Amino acid sequence: MIGLGSYLTVAALLFVTGIFGIFLNRKNIIVILMSIELMLLAVNINMVAFSVHQGDLVGQVFTLFILTVAAAEAAIGLAILVCFFRNRGTIQVEDVNVMKG
Amino acid sequence: MTVAAVIFYLFACTAVASGLFVVLARNPVHSVLWLILTFFSAAGLFVLMGAEFVAMLLVIVYVGAVAVLFLFVVMMLDVDFVELKQGLAQHMPVALLIGVVLIMELILVIGVTLWADDSSPLRVAMAPAPEAIENTQALGQIIYTDFIYLFQSAGLILFVAMVGAIVLTLRHRSDVKRQSVVFQMHRDPAEAIVMKDVKPGQGL
Repeated sequence: MIGLGSYLTVAALLFVTGIFGIFLNRKNIIVILMSIELMLLAVNINMVAFSVHQGDLVGQVFTLFILTVAAAEAAIGLAILVCFFRNRGTIQVEDVNVMKG
Repeated sequence: MTVAAVIFYLFACTAVASGLFVVLARNPVHSVLWLILTFFSAAGLFVLMGAEFVAMLLVIVYVGAVAVLFLFVVMMLDVDFVELKQGLAQHMPVALLIGVVLIMELILVIGVTLWADDSSPLRVAMAPAPEAIENTQALGQIIYTDFIYLFQSAGLILFVAMVGAIVLTLRHRSDVKRQSVVFQMHRDPAEAIVMKDVKPGQGL
């Protein structure tokens, strides 16, 4: 029987995969950004599953906005990455100390 | 097992497996391609749930825009990815530990909602999609009325992101010759040509 639980399980697995990827590829910021996209996708699956489950469309509307923010985040993140690569010639996350933070 | 169940397990397994390959792939280009497969499977799951509009949006926005953006950046940057992969074995135990702990917690949460004694009110049967009105139409009817301010601010976010990305990556290179139309239009023949009286055998 495919119910809410099945979809939540898939979303949970995808979310954990995203977190796993962040910790695994700690040096490669491109894969970290992709892991964040995976986590946002898992959240979207949760939203749509609950929306369908409860018969309330608001969940799907919020999925739309999460999608928007995720796209904006990817664009800005990659732009910062390109900018950083031009200045430093590397994208090693551990070398990022331009702002001495 | 019904057809819907088979399709669900197909899409779910594809999504989870390709999600794993995203984080495990050696080459970032392969990672992006696996990411595209993950998004396609998730869109399949959305269609299965009856949310066609969000599914199509996922394909258009993610596969059409975000994944292509990732591909461009990965291929544009001249990065030694072998060097970036070096700490992988060293980070593996911590990453596995965190992943296992997190998935245990999530399994507990989902398990409690599904099988606990007093969870039956939480567990209403999946609401069947209303036949009279389609998913896209229903979404449009509430986005443009109840959520109009949120919709506008989403547009604003995208606009700011676009401007920000252009500002961050645009640069004026001083060593590149560019066309100046005003300069071209203000040339006149008297200044453009200089007559020299060159003696034979001497040159300039």
